[in-house]
Amino acid sequence: MALIPTEEQTMLLESARDFLATEGPVSQLRHLRDSADATGFSLALWKQFASMGFSGVLVPEALGGMGLGYVEAGIVMEQIGHNLSASPFLASNVVATTALLQAGNAAQQALWLPQLASGAAIATLAVEEHTKHRPSHIALSATPTAHGFILNGAKTFVLDSHVADLLIVAARRAGEPGDLEGITLFLVDAKAQGVEIERTAMADSHNAGRVRFNQVKVNSEAVLGPVDGGWAPLSAALNAGRAAAAAELLGVADEAFARTVQYLKERKQFDRLIGEFQGLQHRAAQLYCELEITRAAVAYALNQLDTDPANANEAVAVAKARAGRTATLAVQEAVQMHGGMGMTDAFDMGFFMKRARVLQELFGDSNFHLNQLAQSRGY
Amino acid sequence: MNSELYAFRSDARAWLEANCPRAMCSPVRTEDDICWGGRDFKFTSEDQHTWLKRMGGRGWTVPTWPKEFGGGGLSHEEAEVLAQEMAALGCRAPLSSFGIWMLGPALLKFGTEAQKLEHLPKIARGEIRWCQGYSEPNAGSDLASLASRAEDKGDHFIVNGQKIWTSFGDKADWIFCLVRTDSAKKHTGISFVLIDMATPGVSTKPIQLISGKSPFCETFFDNVRVEKSNLVGSLNAGWDVAKYLLTHEREMIGAMGEGALPQSLQQIAIAAAGLDGHGRLTDPQLRTQIAEFDMDEAAFHATLARFGELPKARKAHPAMSSMLKYYGAELNKRRWELIMSAAGSDALEWESDRSDHGGLARAWLRTKGNSIEGGTSEVQLNVIAKRILELPGA
Repeated sequence: MALIPTEEQTMLLESARDFLATEGPVSQLRHLRDSADATGFSLALWKQFASMGFSGVLVPEALGGMGLGYVEAGIVMEQIGHNLSASPFLASNVVATTALLQAGNAAQQALWLPQLASGAAIATLAVEEHTKHRPSHIALSATPTAHGFILNGAKTFVLDSHVADLLIVAARRAGEPGDLEGITLFLVDAKAQGVEIERTAMADSHNAGRVRFNQVKVNSEAVLGPVDGGWAPLSAALNAGRAAAAAELLGVADEAFARTVQYLKERKQFDRLIGEFQGLQHRAAQLYCELEITRAAVAYALNQLDTDPANANEAVAVAKARAGRTATLAVQEAVQMHGGMGMTDAFDMGFFMKRARVLQELFGDSNFHLNQLAQSRGY
Repeated sequence: MNSELYAFRSDARAWLEANCPRAMCSPVRTEDDICWGGRDFKFTSEDQHTWLKRMGGRGWTVPTWPKEFGGGGLSHEEAEVLAQEMAALGCRAPLSSFGIWMLGPALLKFGTEAQKLEHLPKIARGEIRWCQGYSEPNAGSDLASLASRAEDKGDHFIVNGQKIWTSFGDKADWIFCLVRTDSAKKHTGISFVLIDMATPGVSTKPIQLISGKSPFCETFFDNVRVEKSNLVGSLNAGWDVAKYLLTHEREMIGAMGEGALPQSLQQIAIAAAGLDGHGRLTDPQLRTQIAEFDMDEAAFHATLARFGELPKARKAHPAMSSMLKYYGAELNKRRWELIMSAAGSDALEWESDRSDHGGLARAWLRTKGNSIEGGTSEVQLNVIAKRILELPGA
């Protein structure tokens, strides 16, 4: 088991950390929000991100990537969390890339993976149809025609959809919402006729959108993986997204905690540093424990995805559930311990709280994953 | 995996298969199944004795200790492989021992060559059972205020005083003890000594706990003669030894509750509450609480595994044992609250054969001490605040 970074992974961590702290800090997200930026992330950052190889972390070297694994993708995600850097990395380079790696044929992989790895194209998974995560409850229909399929339906909470070139759409070819059989994945050009994308600026100033599919025609080459057998690659892509989101949550929580501990050493009330009060010391120490234990759970889940993905479900559920809870606690304690300052928009902590809330919801919240864990263990 | 480690694995498996008695390849069911060793230990079966002799003879009761001191001389990786192979065959631990978990590591670090040669092999073979003399009636969380006194009489000390919460003090052969050797100082007036419990003037008295059992004793020292060769570390430097040993104790208590139960929490809950048509526990609140516990337990397992890798990367903070102790103790208390909640009234029968004489209830009550012994949860949080977070005035 490799639950702590190797030397190579530490080098990756340090380069991601230094790069994002300089080129994609929290102030950048604030600027994107305040200027109502049309793209929603810095194109300059995205270009540099790609040139440093980060966007190709999961793509094989033969297809222009770094050929690394989920542990490495998690390292990048964690640093993104520290800085709240807005980028399509999670949607395109982790989730969509995993779907293509899992289910793509040689032609599909050769067409898309080099473009995703270089950052030239952006892909995203369109799966959600409900306000709470219910990935098998897919109603968006795929009706067979002579040359392919016609898609009708709507998706919500599609990350970075308004800047995406490629949509990976989970549709139902057979069965009822809730059935695992009958789900089929499609590669759909975001500019195809009948695709309508509405950008939804989220609370955390990151990108998402609602996407409607109105009589969208796709040919049979657009099918990703087996017809009616889309559940397995969809689950793999979602698991990658969950573990990566857990890593980002860990970064968010770590940063909120570090800033709070620093504040406890600077702020004076009653002629004392507030960090001298045992009431705050014990809460900070408990949060430290939560963070360390979540750190191990996240490392374990990422490791499982690399070494034994068929048996990674429980580890991923534990990591996402726990990271959601830890980050929720960390940002709340951060605002509380910063007092009135924590409530002001001028202070950065609100950005961390909002990002944690969105990540908690993304790909299933803690309650969803606790339910998964209980089901998987037979109770 | 490299080929040497691979070869070690197959050798270890072959040896275990040939040498572990059948009866020792099954889960520990009661406290009587645990082998503590010692001068007067009553083996519950010939197999239990054989298993201890064979493993002790090979040094595999303490796989990573050096061979010259009775250990197996294995590397960290080899010991991990051995543990995996023992788990795969279901082998019981041949020996449970405070000598292994607590005193041994301290002697390896602070003991003289003579002390190591005298005491470590006997610990490894399970010939001497040790207990710990730390707490006193007026020195609990504030351990360094201890008052048991060792007077310097030239070539020996005379010890007077009282210890409390001595685990299995009435069954132990020797005690490692903190004593005051300079009353003008606090932390720097304490020494670490080893005392044979058979020495005249040593006596013990069991303490009955809320579980009805008496795993702890009061230990009294009345003009007890202790040779100076039994001083570990320098005079008045016992606190350093004590702190080092405490980190091992904390890791040990933190990892408690990992032992196999005859029935898991989930099995107990399913048997008591039943499943509905969707395969879910009929009590949805209990189901949520168990799932939350399972989440935290799985994460804690990953934490213990990660903690095991940290020293290799030289990234372990010495105070992290406080985190493991704090969280492990609280987690184990939660586990047993849930077990009692799941098991219902059957588990509350205090004396019937059906309940194994209140086995679950007594174990549940015992866990309440987990967040007190070895430094309370509050003391662990103080240590984290001060030494890891470096908060002011902590």
